[in-house]
Amino acid sequence: MLELNDLDVALRVGGRMRRVLSGLSLSVAAGEAVGLVGESGSGKSMTVRAVTRLLPEGAAVSGRIRFDGRDVAAMDAPALRRYRDRDVGMIFQDPRAHIDPTYRIGSFLTEALRVNRGVGPAAARRQATELLAAVGIDDPERRVRQYPHEVSGGMLQRVMIASVLAAEPRLILADEPTTALDVTIQAEVVAILDRLRRDRGIGMLFITHDLDLALAICDRVAVMYAGSIVEIRSARDLHRSACHPYTVGLLGSRPSIQARVDKLVAIPGRPVSAFEAPPDGCAFTDRCAHAEPDCLHGRPALEPFNDGLVRCRRVADLAVLAESRPESPAAPPSEPAAKSVVEPPAESPAEEGTQP
Amino acid sequence: MSAEALSVRALTKVFRVADAKGRRAEFTAVNDVSFALEPAGSLGIVGESGSGKTTVARMLVGLEPATSGTMTVLGQDRSQPARKAADRRERARQMQVVFQDPYTSLDPSQTIGSAVEEVLRAHSALTGPARTARLTDLMDQVGLDTRQTAARPRELSGGQRQRAAIARALAADPKVLILDEAVSALDVSIQAQVLNLLSDIRAATGIAYVLISHDLAVVRQLCDTVLVMRKGEIVERGDCANVLDHPEQEYTRVLRASVPVAGWKPLTSARQAEPS
Ligand SMILES: Nc1ncnc2c1ncn2[C@@H]1O[C@H](COP(=O)(O)OP(=O)(O)OP(=O)(O)O)[C@@H](O)[C@H]1O
Ligand SMILES: Nc1ncnc2c1ncn2[C@@H]1O[C@H](COP(=O)(O)OP(=O)(O)O)[C@@H](O)[C@H]1O
Ligand code: SF4
Ligand SMILES: [Mg+2]
Ligand SMILES: [Mg+2]
Repeated sequence: MLELNDLDVALRVGGRMRRVLSGLSLSVAAGEAVGLVGESGSGKSMTVRAVTRLLPEGAAVSGRIRFDGRDVAAMDAPALRRYRDRDVGMIFQDPRAHIDPTYRIGSFLTEALRVNRGVGPAAARRQATELLAAVGIDDPERRVRQYPHEVSGGMLQRVMIASVLAAEPRLILADEPTTALDVTIQAEVVAILDRLRRDRGIGMLFITHDLDLALAICDRVAVMYAGSIVEIRSARDLHRSACHPYTVGLLGSRPSIQARVDKLVAIPGRPVSAFEAPPDGCAFTDRCAHAEPDCLHGRPALEPFNDGLVRCRRVADLAVLAESRPESPAAPPSEPAAKSVVEPPAESPAEEGTQP
Repeated sequence: MSAEALSVRALTKVFRVADAKGRRAEFTAVNDVSFALEPAGSLGIVGESGSGKTTVARMLVGLEPATSGTMTVLGQDRSQPARKAADRRERARQMQVVFQDPYTSLDPSQTIGSAVEEVLRAHSALTGPARTARLTDLMDQVGLDTRQTAARPRELSGGQRQRAAIARALAADPKVLILDEAVSALDVSIQAQVLNLLSDIRAATGIAYVLISHDLAVVRQLCDTVLVMRKGEIVERGDCANVLDHPEQEYTRVLRASVPVAGWKPLTSARQAEPS
């Protein structure tokens, strides 16, 4: 449904062009949830802005973005409006910045229904209440009369989700939708989003810096570094057997809720944006423990490996290395998560579920 | 006579607020909170936003007067905020705090290096080359290079600023360090570096931590004991691994079950009533 092909984006900063996306390729099928995970500056939000043609003035774009086979770059103004209003729905980290504070919650929702769906006023009011109930808001009759400042961030994010559902989009673009929320509220909001999107067969591109969260709710997860995808595979495989050194590093960096480790496997240095990465060679070279002189020349391609795609010229060597290595001493015995190519991919028994 | 690094008894904070009709009212942000922290101990405080964690931290470091209750640091009474500058300096030597937003603690016009050196000058006997060497050590420990040491806060990334704030707090060589969501906003790979650093420093110096975080995995990694706060009160406490693996209170269970792990199915029944 959504297809990004070899996307390059550069922004004008001062008089210069600054590259923020570099050869990004990614697809989301109808009804599929794809996680896009990366650290700050990796280009996650810019990806969303490119998909919706909301890049800053003066941005240079090359490569292709297609929605249902249509070239997004070629859409004229009415087609673009229909695409933004009806085909894709957007949910952002800070709902307050995207909901008009002078409208009551009810008017905000009925407006969305009337403008995007051509629903009459009475039906819009009824549907607005139903939508609020669908996103788990108690007492929707009262809520429709409230203003955004009168409700909490978690509540407002649910209103945002309700407004996106009102347009019945085919694809939801969610950019860190729960990052600002408490963990318990995050769990609720994610649960609602997850259930409604499945029930309605809506595709989703779920952007987050939280790899665990993406793995928990997405079908496939793409890991982004310096403006491009370095690995993409099914959520199940990624958490058991990540192949790219950066993915392995991210999994090792995250402390576990299930056990303390002696030392986290920290990746040295800091994450970089596309324009800070070396122009030639692998963007991860100066942080990679497996880098060889060859890695400095020629950009590795995103290539099939173990049922996924990996952008690392040494991926096959590293997998062999991992196979032949005995038990990794760093991993705690009770830890089912974060298996990687550094350890032999042992078949873990039933997934650890923490729900009662 | 107390050997405790930190001891808090019946700490309470009542704020004066205005109610819906604009009348004067009282709001209890922290209610009867007691805990103790051993030297070289590490205590986590978790709980939803608004539960009173930051207010506790602010009272501990004297940024907010307690309404009632007592606090001691290294056996000395700290229940009232310091009045004299010398008192304040003495207290700052014992206990330091790093908040989530280091903009509040770093002077925008001062380079990172001179901010850290200022603390060394105030709190250590080091002078000349020895002080410079200590500065280099500290910056090294938090992974900031010479260019970053010479930079001003706005020229650094959020993660670098946060590490600068940690270096500055450590420069006082405190016995207790309070970290209020100090690693929460860091990128995962940087957060891992900082968490490793904090463990190493504790092992090497016997510093004690109070780590306030919404991230239970971070708390588990760094803390021996944990307090769970809700609406200003402690609802559960104990050994960190034990509380997280076998929570006794329903609230702690919900908190624990809200953490995404592989195979996690987000739970909808955790819904809490929204204050109207
Ligand atoms: N308007 C802009 N002008 C110039 N550079 C920009 C602009 N917006 C973003 N950038 C740069 O583009 C790069 C990618 O930005 P983007 O916001 O997409 O990253 P991100 O992965 O969403 O990061 P974060 O998690 O911090 O939001 C960064 O280096 C950022 O500084
Ligand atoms: N100066 C103040 N005046 C009135 N209420 C306050 C003040 N500071 C904090 N509060 C309230 O106290 C409660 C606890 O706040 P805080 O300590 O900041 O919680 P946390 O850090 O856990 O988010 C919140 O409900 C907050 O609104
Ligand atoms: S190509 Fe080389 S530097 Fe890049 S990730 Fe692979 S091994 Fe590391
Ligand atoms: Mg972003
Ligand atoms: Mg706080």
